[in-house]
Amino acid sequence: MSEFHHRGVEVVAISVDSPAESQKLCQSRGYTFPFLSDPNAQVIRQYGVLHPKGGEDGKDIARPAEFLVDTAGTIRWVNLTDDIRVRARPEAVLRAISQLGG
Amino acid sequence: MKRRWNVPIWAGFAIVIVAVVSYIPIFTPFPVTRDIPWANYLLFLLGGGLVAVGVRRAFRDPEHYRGKISGSILAALSVLLLGLFVGAILYAGKQIPSAELALRPGQLAPPFVLQDTAGKQVASAELLKGHRAVVLVFYRGYW
Repeated sequence: MSEFHHRGVEVVAISVDSPAESQKLCQSRGYTFPFLSDPNAQVIRQYGVLHPKGGEDGKDIARPAEFLVDTAGTIRWVNLTDDIRVRARPEAVLRAISQLGG
Repeated sequence: MKRRWNVPIWAGFAIVIVAVVSYIPIFTPFPVTRDIPWANYLLFLLGGGLVAVGVRRAFRDPEHYRGKISGSILAALSVLLLGLFVGAILYAGKQIPSAELALRPGQLAPPFVLQDTAGKQVASAELLKGHRAVVLVFYRGYW
């Protein structure tokens, strides 16, 4: 995590969880980066990573995905897994950051 | 003569149980043991091996060892558990929609304003202003 901050990159987590639920998660795992709540999956839908009815009781949730956005607001790198268990590793994201230039 | 308990059968089956239940709480937090659950497969191998040793002993030397029936049942259960585990890994994890609609590199990231855990409104524009880049991590959540 500090390696991301060292490079001037912020990491932000987004899910449909309420702020209170995310707070609990952050406390139990010791996460210090921002966790944002998108309860109606509005932003999740805009980024095209909606998993319709993927949650409990047919709730719409996000499919796992990572986006690297540069300071101009352009998406520079995307990781879209095809397995719920397999996510981007920090090293892969750091490699993509190295290729940003600037 | 009293026949002895066939310890490897029970110990082996206990390890098989551990192989199943340990994956989520112990091995998923680490990508190395999560992406390919080799640690759990090793536990299955160890547990299954012990059960096999015990069952073999029960059938070869039934005068000294118990476990012909219990061993057969536990061996069958072990195979079943392994099957369920592998099935869950190979099948359940893939149950997500395709990412055809997802935004691609080169596209503009839609701006947003969302609440953080403190209830504060956080704007993507603000995040970008103070940093060289931002990594957006979408995750399923714990509902």
